[in-house]
Amino acid sequence: MSLYRDEGVVLRTHKLGEADRIITVLTKRTGKIRGVAKGVRRTSSRFGARLEPFTHVDLQLHTGRTLDVVTQVETIRPYGEALVADYPRYTAGVAMLETADRLIAGEKEPALRQFLLLVGGLRALAAAEHEARLVLDAYFLRSLAVAGYAPALDACARCQATSVRAFAIVAGGVVCGNCRPAGAAVPEGETLALMLALLKGDWAVADASEARHRTECSGLVAAYLQWHLEHGIRSLRHVEREPAT
Amino acid sequence: MYEGVVQNLIDELGMLPGVGPKSAQRIAFHLLAAEPTDVKRLAHALLEVKEKVRFCRVCGNVAAEEECRICRDSRRDPHVICVVEEPKDVVAIEKTREFRGRYHVLGGAISPIDGVGPDDLRIRELMTRLADGRVTELILATDPNLEGEATATYLARLVKPMGLKVTRLASGLPVGGDLEYADEVTLGRAFEGRRLLDV
Repeated sequence: MSLYRDEGVVLRTHKLGEADRIITVLTKRTGKIRGVAKGVRRTSSRFGARLEPFTHVDLQLHTGRTLDVVTQVETIRPYGEALVADYPRYTAGVAMLETADRLIAGEKEPALRQFLLLVGGLRALAAAEHEARLVLDAYFLRSLAVAGYAPALDACARCQATSVRAFAIVAGGVVCGNCRPAGAAVPEGETLALMLALLKGDWAVADASEARHRTECSGLVAAYLQWHLEHGIRSLRHVEREPAT
Repeated sequence: MYEGVVQNLIDELGMLPGVGPKSAQRIAFHLLAAEPTDVKRLAHALLEVKEKVRFCRVCGNVAAEEECRICRDSRRDPHVICVVEEPKDVVAIEKTREFRGRYHVLGGAISPIDGVGPDDLRIRELMTRLADGRVTELILATDPNLEGEATATYLARLVKPMGLKVTRLASGLPVGGDLEYADEVTLGRAFEGRRLLDV
């Protein structure tokens, strides 16, 4: 397979040499790939603008010895345009891309559900129908679920009891009074309901939630995500919350 | 592998950006073959640049004194500040001879994925410069890529309540290029920023 074609979302880019870039793309069929885009930092580049993070692209690559080489690019949808115009949405979007990059560790291992989830997340973020941090938390919870780390939210993660008291990251979700380990957080019931709504995509409940429950939910989701990734998400520190409307 | 000092030189040269092991070897052997006076001049220039060059306390550009040449020049318009990411951007704009105002070098762009946030740039220093009310226009000349655009959006939002004119460098079609090869994003921006032909 010397030449191949796939569609994907550009996750991040690194400068290489004088005018090249290494791009990391989460593709629909091939999974995560890293490729060299030659000369894209020059203003005369024909596809430099298409290979910016957040862009959903149709790519043609040439298989290389260590890195594949990007030979052609067409834009399917440039989500970055809408996101950079709104700083809180941009920071949430960057956290989304970094998480996708971290969650999918291996290269060229197909991850169709993660790809579809990322495209859906970016589309929702760019459409600005819901608060950016809610979309981000929904993405975190669902991408963790796809990766096999879905938190238990409606019954005790250890004994399946329905009378839950606390949220324990180490236990994998909510826990009952008997199973509760030391150091477990005790969030409000509305916060757990919000987490469940975000995981299931119940936006009516999520949009109606109060700001304090959203903040508590974000803290728990971020801690849960980073514990399972065994790695901090650097961009999370910079995610800005939109002013309450 | 070469004898100790030669290999040391190759290793040190190989640390430079864009210089791979082969290029490092080529430069090292060029230096070995060069006249001692030429090599001394290069070594002196390297040491001198580290000893003498510092960052301008006003704008953050590279300077040989406390303030850079542009900040010291009383003929430059103090009412207009052009914000750029790096000192090399100042040189690029100066080459156009179109801009007669002053600069502010941020020292990079906001890039959350690399852990670079607004607090890591010289944004506080910019706000201090704007606080005295002398500046009437702020030109945002950060790179036309995602990080540069996000930095411009952040700055525009921050400066807006101060009531000054905030402008962004235009982006669009490169001079001498063909329209059919322009990508959708660039062409879209060129349409957005189209101007009236006054003939």
